[in-house]
Amino acid sequence: MSYKNPFTLQEKRILVTGASSGIGRSIAQECAAAGATVVLNGRDEQRLNETLSSLEGSGHCAIAADLTHFDTVKQHLATLEPLDGLVLCAGVGQTAPVQNVKADKIQGVFSTNTFAPVQLLQMLVKGKKINRKASVVFISSIARQKPYVGNGVYSASKAALNGFSKVAALELAGREIRVNCIEPGLIMTSIVKESVFDEEQLAEFKKTMPLGFGAPRHIALGCVYLLSDASCWTTGTSLVIDGGQTLI
Amino acid sequence: MTIEEFIELFEGEMDEVPAEGLKPETDFKNMDEWSSLTALSIISMVDEEYDKRLTPSELRNSTTIEELWKLIEAK
Repeated sequence: MSYKNPFTLQEKRILVTGASSGIGRSIAQECAAAGATVVLNGRDEQRLNETLSSLEGSGHCAIAADLTHFDTVKQHLATLEPLDGLVLCAGVGQTAPVQNVKADKIQGVFSTNTFAPVQLLQMLVKGKKINRKASVVFISSIARQKPYVGNGVYSASKAALNGFSKVAALELAGREIRVNCIEPGLIMTSIVKESVFDEEQLAEFKKTMPLGFGAPRHIALGCVYLLSDASCWTTGTSLVIDGGQTLI
Repeated sequence: MTIEEFIELFEGEMDEVPAEGLKPETDFKNMDEWSSLTALSIISMVDEEYDKRLTPSELRNSTTIEELWKLIEAK
């Protein structure tokens, strides 16, 4: 008797935001490798197409759009086929100590990290573009529970996702739609490289990572679990994938 | 921006400015108050006031306030 893989994503259509780079790109790749049809979203059309070319299988497509431009997003969604999975990965970082945080900075980060994914979920649910038994994954961060100097606004923007996702999980359970978060630890992607990192700080960070530096794929594999039928009884939770960072 | 203006902004990011005030020749990383938090504040300040990205290694490689100011002006 052959093993029916419960972690497969065959016959599932999954939208991944923030797919032009970093963790989002890896998630798109792992979903495709697991058999899903992937709809990619990102702002950078060139990098988005690079992700598209790298996907296994066929039938995938890319929608280049800035998720904070709600009217444009709405237009794109009108022609979207209903989804079995949604991964909200688009996000930006920011480093500023308390005394340097200004309203426009807060607005900018929250707009991309919090308002956009929540609004996208709203539009998809309202537009009946999320199938029964679908799975929604918010990519949050360990920053939502672990403080790092200068990371106040980012932490707040991610903590907001955790709060919202639980309510969404409760509300959408009636349609058997599951909503969960993933909290990645420090992964060396452009969002991290762009912030104030240098050799010294990296060495400091390494000391706080029991299993060393992580890769985007480690997050993507956790995402595949949450998108698959294997997690059909998992909702309203947050999967920490951080190499033990939150232990210290 | 003049170096005096820069020093004023720099002092504005500190909790306690040393009694003698900051000077162009001050070895800023050796001040009592200097920490990674102060570094982040200075980086944020440069971003706000100059719209330029100052990096931690640039901070590390500057010894005096004057050197730092020149580096930023030249960016």
